[in-house]
Amino acid sequence: MYGLKPAGTRPTLGAYVRQLWRYRQFIVAYANGRATAAYSKSRLGRVWQILTPLANAGVYYLIFGIIIGTRGGMENFLGYLCTGVFIFTFTQGVVNSGVKSITGQIGLVRALHFPRAALPIAMTMTHLQTVVISLVVLMGIVIASGDPVTLNWLLLPPAVLLQLVFNLGLALVMARVGVKVPDVAHLMPYLLRTWMYASGVLYSVELFARHLPAWAANLLHANPLLVYIELARMSLLDQPVLASTPTELWIMGAGWALLTCVVGFIYFWRGESEYGRG
Amino acid sequence: MAESRPSPLTATATYSRVPTVVVDNLHVVYRVEGSKRKKSASAPSALDRLLRGNRGAKIREVHAVRGVSFVAYEGDAIGLIGTNGSGKSTLLRAIAGLIPPASGAVYTKRQPSLLGVNAALLNDLSGERNVMLGCLAMGMSRAEAKSRVQEIIEFSGINERGDFSSLPMRTYSSGMAARLRFAIAAAKSHDVLLIDEALATGDGRFRQRSQQRVQELREGAGTVFLVSHHLGTIRDSCERTIWLESGVLRMDGPTDEVIDAYSEYVKEKGPNKAKQAEPEQVDPTAAGPTVPDTGSTGGVRPTSGRHRAERDD
Repeated sequence: MYGLKPAGTRPTLGAYVRQLWRYRQFIVAYANGRATAAYSKSRLGRVWQILTPLANAGVYYLIFGIIIGTRGGMENFLGYLCTGVFIFTFTQGVVNSGVKSITGQIGLVRALHFPRAALPIAMTMTHLQTVVISLVVLMGIVIASGDPVTLNWLLLPPAVLLQLVFNLGLALVMARVGVKVPDVAHLMPYLLRTWMYASGVLYSVELFARHLPAWAANLLHANPLLVYIELARMSLLDQPVLASTPTELWIMGAGWALLTCVVGFIYFWRGESEYGRG
Repeated sequence: MAESRPSPLTATATYSRVPTVVVDNLHVVYRVEGSKRKKSASAPSALDRLLRGNRGAKIREVHAVRGVSFVAYEGDAIGLIGTNGSGKSTLLRAIAGLIPPASGAVYTKRQPSLLGVNAALLNDLSGERNVMLGCLAMGMSRAEAKSRVQEIIEFSGINERGDFSSLPMRTYSSGMAARLRFAIAAAKSHDVLLIDEALATGDGRFRQRSQQRVQELREGAGTVFLVSHHLGTIRDSCERTIWLESGVLRMDGPTDEVIDAYSEYVKEKGPNKAKQAEPEQVDPTAAGPTVPDTGSTGGVRPTSGRHRAERDD
């Protein structure tokens, strides 16, 4: 009938991917815009992208490294700690803004038509910028604390890439969950803190095997965030304390990334026509 | 209220023109969470809601559009009028496919574009960067967007008082921001353009430019919907008008007839229009007895307050 189509119907999965590809320039521009906007009211501007991770690392080093002393005889505890904090912050930031990526932009969602997945994807890209900057800072910290620069460092980009893919999936899941149950945004800080303690960010991962029953320790060793943190430690640090072997880490890292990304994308796509209501 | 509805469809359906929008017995329902009357939204009740899933008793529903049907054709410019909270903006959003219908359906030719005063971009970025973002969000390529920026800023007229296009949008007056948003959306030719209160903002010269642009869009075989409380604008731009009241279609026909009937209705209701459930879901203050601002056919209605809950961040 005159080629009319129902308004606001969900495209097929293939068409949705093609649409997203056509909007790639919007995604990039939006991600950059958010990064600029986030610091536009402060005097130092984007210098905070470097200062924030440094301040974080400083606080944790003071408490866990010096006061409580969880270093457990580790050579380069500062590097160990900072790698954990920075890699964890990447996923933490993505989850926190992923939950709000649709609900916080409801005006934009209701005004313009674009594939909604562009928003959580752009959020993830914004956080990618931050993590890349903090990893450069981290390299400085590692060198300053006396570790050598080795060929292993070349493994850092693929490790972060795997985490990026994992985070993309996570952001897409959280975006839809945030639309369905807005209350989740308030729960996130507690869930994320629990996740941080389960990821061996602040103390030696050997503690898991030493204090927990074997099955629980094995479960924690497969925790995706611990996997990505260990991958980064493995590539940057001279003699890192690891819970799993490198081969295990790469396999688990790739598996988590693929699984989360595919599941997250399909889950988000299935809700495409719901966003904007409420 | 349904029995008092005239059946105006026959007046327009006889034209042998190409339809662009078909609205078929459309109902739209908003779900408002955590807003149960009287009782406070305390932490235990929030936990309770989470545990029982989000379809608990704390969700109120607002039935904003109730069974609207009409057909719009190529080259139509249709005005939408009605008192505050009558469901005009909701109807536009549903046509744009931005709000799923509770029942009924909307069929459209290609993708309609909604242009509203609440189309929030990134307020902390400069006008220029927002123009880029807006163009990209409408599906333009980077090169195309870049080549249009200057033209769009000129059309909006925001640079008439100095170089505002390089300042963050949060420094703009509400009129300037609305003009810029209209300029962005109007830069692309749309098959169906939905305009929500955008033309009322801006001075005489801007209104002239935008009316000319609306004319051009219609000549390009487009259909334009215009929501406004500024009846003069509707008279100038539209020859067909739809009147909504409490989400129900009251009248659909030639602009002059509908506006005359509407003015009559508003005068009759007078200042004590004690209204039924207010379908505007975002403003908790709207329920009180207010002096209707809809009677003034000449004044520009302030449009910033109603939608503040939807602003970016």
